[in-house]
Amino acid sequence: MSAPAGTTRRFRVFRYKRGDDGHRYDEFDVPVNERTTVLEALRWIQLRKDPTLALRHSCFHASCGTCGVRVNGREGLGCVTPLADVSGDAVTVDPIANLPVLNDLVADMVPFMDRFPEPHPNVRESEFLPAADTPEDIDGYGRFEDCIECGLCLSACPVSATDDTYVGPAALAYAQRMLEEARGADRDAILDWADSEAGAWRCHASFECTEACPSNVRPAQRIMALRRELGSRKKVSP
Amino acid sequence: MSRQGTDPGLDEIRRARDEAGPVPRKGVGPVAWFDIRHRGLGQFAFSLNRITGLGLVFYLYLHLAVLSTLLRGEEAWDSFLGIATTRFFLLLDVLLIFGLLAHGLNGLRLALVGSGRVVDHQKAFYRSIQVIGTIVLLGAALHLLGSE
Repeated sequence: MSAPAGTTRRFRVFRYKRGDDGHRYDEFDVPVNERTTVLEALRWIQLRKDPTLALRHSCFHASCGTCGVRVNGREGLGCVTPLADVSGDAVTVDPIANLPVLNDLVADMVPFMDRFPEPHPNVRESEFLPAADTPEDIDGYGRFEDCIECGLCLSACPVSATDDTYVGPAALAYAQRMLEEARGADRDAILDWADSEAGAWRCHASFECTEACPSNVRPAQRIMALRRELGSRKKVSP
Repeated sequence: MSRQGTDPGLDEIRRARDEAGPVPRKGVGPVAWFDIRHRGLGQFAFSLNRITGLGLVFYLYLHLAVLSTLLRGEEAWDSFLGIATTRFFLLLDVLLIFGLLAHGLNGLRLALVGSGRVVDHQKAFYRSIQVIGTIVLLGAALHLLGSE
């Protein structure tokens, strides 16, 4: 669908502020063209219509993972979701599901991060500048490169929809990645962490996490690989 | 000097930050299991597995209840068989076979995928078992309903 100049789309945006009794949806008519993204439309609302609209974003190119939302019920990064790809008359934008809302479209990512097994360092491989004078032990702070920790997989997971104890796809994918490249981490400890009711065995293989992942992590495939690893370990153990 | 506790504005922000906000869900409790809107084949398989699983558990107890009519003698059992061969009951049998096929064949997919097999082709595998299941179901339905 290409939108000629002068076209508007009706936005229904989830609103919630601390202390509110519940959430509501506010409606805005947003001028769009054929290249307008969901994030651009939300920023237009924030700048032109309602400066109290809270949203989170940073890089605008699917690298930071902060602008994850649900657009007409489907998870996506607002910055790379063109409105031309969003069918229907109205565009309903919700925060990602299965995490508490802090403010409008901003979800609390702390419970998401708390699900990851230790060690879960904060520096990405791409942030190691070859020319920089980095400490000798900087490798210990490197983390799983592909995952941008946007939380879309957790939002799309049907198990997480009813079970907050489930660690979820991102954390399990991270654990499997650690097994691939342990960098000194204790493999048995990672397997022990994954080998629990709330871990790899809780997944029901719907693969919705893989469908939602904007970064080609393929969490479901990684969970299955993790299960295979756990199965092999059980076979070997007396 | 730490500003913690000295600025009422900051305290208010901290307090608000510590309050738990609402958690958006697709549905209330287990309702979320069955909501396939905006989702793909995987959610469909997941939902169908739950529905058929619950249906089969219900059937199991129903089956035990029906078998208990044997305790009431031959006449009671014959009387039940009279009802069990009506078209309505045969249609329920077809529904039961649908549940068994949907749950069992998806269980086969889950077992294979869960052990690291056909992971990259799980969608095609599910499509294939849907086709096989449909053929078996049609055959069973023709056999059951044609034998009236």
